[in-house]
Amino acid sequence: MVKLEVFLQTLIAGLLLGGLYALIGLGMTLIMGVMKIINLSHGELMMVSMYIAYWMFTLFNIDPYISVLIATPLLFFLGIAIQRYLINPVLKVESILPENQVILTVGIGMVLSNLATIFFKSDYRSTPVSYATKAIYLSDFWKDSPIELSLSFPWAFSFLIAVIITVALWLFLTKTDTGKSIRATAQDQDAALLMGVNVKRMRVLAFGIGSGLVGAAGCLFIPIYYLFPSLGGQFTLIAFVITILGGLGSTFGAITGGLILGIFESMTATYLGMGWAPVGRFVIFIACLVFLPGGIASLLRRRRPG
Amino acid sequence: MKRYIFYALGALLLILPIIGLSTYMMHILILVIMWSVIGMAWNLLGGYCGQVSFGHAAFFGVGAYTSGILYSRLGLSPWWGLPMSIIVVVLFAFILGLIVLRLRGPFFALATLASGEIMRVVSENWVDLTGGTVGILIKERTWVEKTWYYYIILLISVATYFSVKKVIESRLGYYFVAIREDQDAAESLGINTTLYKTLALCISAGLTGIAGSFYTNYMGYIDPHVAFGLHDISIITIMIVMVGGVATYLGPFVGALIMVFLAELIRSIPGLGAAHQTLFGILLIVIIIFLPNGIVGDFPRLKRLFRR
Amino acid sequence: MSMIEVRGVYMFFGGLAALNDVSFVLDRGEILGLIGPNGAGKTTLFNVINGFYSPSRGEVLFRGQRISGLKPHRICKLGIARTFQVVKPLQRMTVLDNVIASAFLRAKKRSDAEDIAIDALRFTGLYDDRNMISRGLPLGKRKRLEIARALGTQPEVLLLDESFAGLNPHELDELIEIIKRIRDKGITIMIIEHHMKVIMSLSDRIVVLNYGEKIAEGTPSEIAKNPVVIEAYLGEERGA
Repeated sequence: MVKLEVFLQTLIAGLLLGGLYALIGLGMTLIMGVMKIINLSHGELMMVSMYIAYWMFTLFNIDPYISVLIATPLLFFLGIAIQRYLINPVLKVESILPENQVILTVGIGMVLSNLATIFFKSDYRSTPVSYATKAIYLSDFWKDSPIELSLSFPWAFSFLIAVIITVALWLFLTKTDTGKSIRATAQDQDAALLMGVNVKRMRVLAFGIGSGLVGAAGCLFIPIYYLFPSLGGQFTLIAFVITILGGLGSTFGAITGGLILGIFESMTATYLGMGWAPVGRFVIFIACLVFLPGGIASLLRRRRPG
Repeated sequence: MKRYIFYALGALLLILPIIGLSTYMMHILILVIMWSVIGMAWNLLGGYCGQVSFGHAAFFGVGAYTSGILYSRLGLSPWWGLPMSIIVVVLFAFILGLIVLRLRGPFFALATLASGEIMRVVSENWVDLTGGTVGILIKERTWVEKTWYYYIILLISVATYFSVKKVIESRLGYYFVAIREDQDAAESLGINTTLYKTLALCISAGLTGIAGSFYTNYMGYIDPHVAFGLHDISIITIMIVMVGGVATYLGPFVGALIMVFLAELIRSIPGLGAAHQTLFGILLIVIIIFLPNGIVGDFPRLKRLFRR
Repeated sequence: MSMIEVRGVYMFFGGLAALNDVSFVLDRGEILGLIGPNGAGKTTLFNVINGFYSPSRGEVLFRGQRISGLKPHRICKLGIARTFQVVKPLQRMTVLDNVIASAFLRAKKRSDAEDIAIDALRFTGLYDDRNMISRGLPLGKRKRLEIARALGTQPEVLLLDESFAGLNPHELDELIEIIKRIRDKGITIMIIEHHMKVIMSLSDRIVVLNYGEKIAEGTPSEIAKNPVVIEAYLGEERGA
C-alpha cells in the first residue's frame, strides 16, 4: 500500500510540476515556431519575472499570484523590446556563420543573469506566503481511504492558474483572428504574407506572448521554489527539452512534453535521487534530437492517414 | 609586407621571456597563447566548416582530465597527458560525432552545449575517477618559473597555426567551406559530408584537448567547473573567435589577446569585477550585430568606421 | 545502352504520393527535357535520382547498376552531377576556387584540380571572371557557375534544375549554346525547365509529369500536340 501511495503521490507531484513546465515550454515553442529562432535567454526572462514577483511581495506585500497580472505584461513588453532592438538587427546582418542569432541570445542571457547578480546578490530568496505550507489531504474528502495523498495548496493553485492560462492561450490561437494569423505565420511565413497577414507584427506579437507566458510561469513558480540569479540556465534547458520533446511549434506537443517531463523528473527524484534530474533532462534532450527530431507532434501526424 | 609583420611578431614572441617580463605578464601571455590554440581549433570546425559548437569545453575538459587522471590514478607525470589526450579526445569526439553530426545548424549547437554540460555533470558525479567537485591537484610543479611553460605552449600554438593553415589550403579546406556554404550542394558534388565533418570535429577536438592537457600541467589544479565550464570555456571560445574574426588565420590570436586583456582589465578595476559577465555579454551582442565577422574579418568595415 | 533507367519509382511522403509509378529511360548522349506544372514532382524525381531520397518503391539504375539507396556523394562519384534551383555558390571564394572545390573529386593535387576548374570555366564562359568573388556575380553568371561546378566533377550525366529561370533573353541564348556544347562533349543531360522555348529547342525527347505521374513521353513536336499535356497545363481553364 505504501508503494502505491508513494507512486501516486509522485505521479501527482509530477503532473503539477508538468503543468507549470508546460507553460514555460509553450512560450518557447511559440517563439521558435513563429520566429524560427532559438532563444537561449528564455530562462533568464523567467528569472526576471520571478524577481519582479519577489520584490512586489517583499516591498508591497503583493501576493505572487496577483503579480501574474503585473509581470506578464511587463515581460511581454520586454520581449517585444528585445525582439525589435536586438533580434531583428541580427537577423538582417550578413555574416559567415548563420548561428549568430543563437549567440545573441546567449549574450542577452549573460547580461540579464549577471545584472541580477550585481543588483540582487546571489542569495537564495523566496516568497514565504501565508499559505505556503497549507495542504489538502485525501483523507479530508475520503474518510476511510486506505492511502493518504496530499496536495500542497500553492502547487495546486499554481497548476490551476497554469491550466487556465493554457486554455486561454489555446482559445486565443484557435478562435481569434490574430491567433490564427500567428499560427499561419508559423506554418508558412510566405504564404501568410501573401494572404494579407501582417507577418512582421505577428512575429513581434509571438515573441511578446512567449515572453509573457514565461513571465506568468515565473510568478507561479516563486511560491513553491526558491530564487537566485543563475537559475535561468536550468529553465532554459527545461524549455528546450519540452519543445524538442513535444515538437517544434506544436502547442499540444509543449503541453504533453511538459507533463511528461514533470512526471519523469518527479519519478527520478523519488526513485533515483535528486541529483539526477539535470542528467535526465540532457539525455532526453539529445535522445529526442537524434531519434525523434519532430517530437511527439510528428508521431501524431504520422498516425493520421492520407 | 604581411609576411614581415608575421615573422617580426614571431621573433618578438620568441625572445620575450629573455627580455624579462614580470611573472604576471608571463602568465597573461601564456593564457593568451593557450586560448589562441583553442580558438584556432574551434575556428576550424565552426568558422571554416560551419558547425558551430557550443560545447568545446567537453574536449578541453577531457584533455585536462586525461592529464589529471593519469597523475591521480596512475601516478604518472601529467605531461604524458599531452600525447595521450590526443588519442582520448579524438576517440571521444568521434563517438560524439556519430550522435551529433547528423544534426544541422542550431540543433548541432544545442547538442554540443548539452554534451559539454553532460560531461561536467558526469565528472562531478564519477568521484572514483575524477575526484568529483574536489578536483585534482598536482602537488609537484615541474618548473617554478614560467619560461618553459611559455615555450611549450608557444610551440603548440605555432604548430596549431601551421597545421590549420595547411588543412585549409588543402582539399580538406575547400571541402569544409563547401559544407559550410551549402551542405546539400556539397554532397551532390561528391563530397562525403559525414566523413569530412567528422574529420573537422576530430581535428578540432584533438587540438582543444591538447590545450586542456597543457592547462592541467600549467595551473596544477582542475575541477569539473573549471575544466568543463560552459561560460568560462565554451562561450569564451566562441567569443574569442567571433571578436577576433571567424574563418581567418589570425582572428583567434587577435581575439584571445583582446579577451584575456579585457578580462584582466575588468578584474583589476575595483567594483567592476562582478560585472564582467555583463560586459562580456554586451560585447558579444555588439560584435554580433555590428561586427559579425570579427575584427580581422570585418577589418575593411572597421577602417571605414574610423575614417569618419 | 541507357545511361539512367528509372523503373517504377514511387515516392511517398506520409500519405502523399509525390511520385507515382514513374518509369523512363535516359539514353546516352541525348538531352531529355522534364516538364510539368508546378508541384508535378520534377525536383522530387531529381532528388531520387541524385540520392537525396531513397524511392519508396522501384529503383534507379545507372549504366545497368542499381544506384537507388546510395548517398548523393557516391552517386556523384559514379558520374551523375546535379545543379540546384536555388544557387548557392561558395560566396566568399573566387569563381575559380568554387570550381576547384568540386574538381577535387577527381584530382589528387591542387594543380590538377585547378586545371579541371579552368577547363570548366572556359567551357561556361566564366574564365575572365575567375578571380572575382562569387558573391558579386549577377544571376546569369551565378547560374553558369553552378553548372561549372557540376562540370568540375567530370560527370557523364548532368541534371540541370531550372538553370534558365530568371535569365534575360541574351543570357538565355548564351546558356542554350553552352548546354549544346556540353552535349557535344559527350555528356548526357536531363533538364527541368519551365521555359517552353528553351525546352522545345534543346530537347531531343521530353518526359511530362503531372501530379507525380508520367503522362506523356516523346519528341518535342509530339509533346506539343499531345492533348493530355495541353490539358495538364491549361487545367481547369478548359470547359468540362
